[in-house]
Amino acid sequence: MSGLRDWALLVLGVAVLAALPMVADNYTLRLGTVFCMYAALALSWNVIGGFAGYPSFATAAFFGLGAYTCAILQSAGWPMLPALAAGGALAGLFAAAVGGAILHLRGHYFAIASLALAEVLRELATKLEWLTGGGMGLNLPVPAMELHAQAAFFLHLMLGVAALAGAATLLLRGSRLGFALRCIQQNEDAAGMLGVDTRRAKTLAFAISAIFPGLAGGAYASWTHYIEPPDVFDVLLSVKPLVMVLLGGLGTVFGPVVGAGLLLLFEEAVWRSFLTLHAAVLGVIIVVLVLFLPNGLMDATRRLLGRRGRGAA
Amino acid sequence: MSDAALEVEELHAGYGDVAVLRGVSLSVAAGAITCIIGSNGAGKTTLLRAVSGLVSARAGRVRAAGQDLTNAGPEAMVRAGVVHVPEGRRLFAAMSVRDNLLMGAYLRRDQAAIRRDLERVYETFPRLAERRHQDASTLSGGEQQMCAIGRGIMADPRVLMIDELSLGLAPAAVDLLMDALRAINAAGVAILLVEQDVMAALDVAHAGYILDRGSVVGAGSSAALAADPMIREAYLGAVQA
Repeated sequence: MSGLRDWALLVLGVAVLAALPMVADNYTLRLGTVFCMYAALALSWNVIGGFAGYPSFATAAFFGLGAYTCAILQSAGWPMLPALAAGGALAGLFAAAVGGAILHLRGHYFAIASLALAEVLRELATKLEWLTGGGMGLNLPVPAMELHAQAAFFLHLMLGVAALAGAATLLLRGSRLGFALRCIQQNEDAAGMLGVDTRRAKTLAFAISAIFPGLAGGAYASWTHYIEPPDVFDVLLSVKPLVMVLLGGLGTVFGPVVGAGLLLLFEEAVWRSFLTLHAAVLGVIIVVLVLFLPNGLMDATRRLLGRRGRGAA
Repeated sequence: MSDAALEVEELHAGYGDVAVLRGVSLSVAAGAITCIIGSNGAGKTTLLRAVSGLVSARAGRVRAAGQDLTNAGPEAMVRAGVVHVPEGRRLFAAMSVRDNLLMGAYLRRDQAAIRRDLERVYETFPRLAERRHQDASTLSGGEQQMCAIGRGIMADPRVLMIDELSLGLAPAAVDLLMDALRAINAAGVAILLVEQDVMAALDVAHAGYILDRGSVVGAGSSAALAADPMIREAYLGAVQA
């Protein structure tokens, strides 16, 4: 069964990353943590953007909401993990509530509406100084650990978030909800005619796609010890997941993870040479992807291998 | 008629400021094939969409399975056994034929019954059995219509509403589909057929309604409708020559 194989792949990947601190330096651990964060964001976006076919730009909203919730609760004396969980839960509830209002929009209209969410939350976070510290940002308690242990701890934390997002994707794929979302993506009217409660399915998908970015935002806030509105509500946090999923393969299970790795490589290799131009480079990547690799690199590789295999036979 | 599988009373519906249905009443007899005839823009498709809950009714009633289901929504209609096969088929293009058919049974839980109905669909449409693992997008027009009807049957309907069965299909494919409708009907499913090919519709149906600008302007057995000089002139004019 491919299902069993995919679970094995997930466990293997998690095990390899979890063992990283035994062999790697702090810089590599930092890269690993960013990779896990990207993977979690991409896997989450894939639920609403890939499975359901709704191009969401709300990832930054969920990420920032999770980050601020976790930071505020920790400042109020909560331990890190419960504060993190609260951030994920709040992001999910927020998505469910807002989803009811914007998920009847389709295509571009939905994309624009979802883009506005992060902007609204960013304004709120800037204005509500008594709660969020406003533009001054919020400081978080620094854990009393030596540097390498700290790097390892946050890698494992972010890895946990990514692993949960991966497990959720695998469970979703084989579920009735996953089936319903695939049908909505292909033909929402027909899905409705067959008795799929499309509103409920889309709202659930949107909420699932918000929980893990919420958790990742909380983990990010705890990791960097400091957050401010432009940082955690950054529009790039909404754009990158989409690029990663397009890179890896829309609607697949491991495509988003592969895409996360590729984007990170791009960033490490190219970004520093194009520091001021990186948004433009991202734009070029999107255009190239849509034009030449509409189904992602995973699919292109599979087709290439398939063709070669058949040619040899 | 007391043994109606589906009853529509004085139904009004439309889009925005435009009223499309202006008080449509009709009844689909259990176990019969009923057709709706009318020119373009008469409101045939809107009627089906209003019955299945895709367009909300502004006034009037829709009753099926002994319940008032006016504006109850598509899910409730499917649960009550009223299943809509939409115009233009609307298949899930990137899914296999088999998955498309299984999707029809989305609300059902009895796996054994679902498997039995899947075999029944394959018996009715052997072409679908041959192509069960192909993507729906690779099917010909006639095969797509078979798949759409098969998907409807998988919902275990009491009433199957089919919009524009023959649209864009070759005559041979239409004949095949009409035979299939008779077989489905003989198995106890009432059918409400919207069809622009008036000859074919009156040929397969037991009764019919004439819809014109959102109102029913004529009704009767299909034999009576086919013999009515006014209808012959308005809708069958071309075949008199």
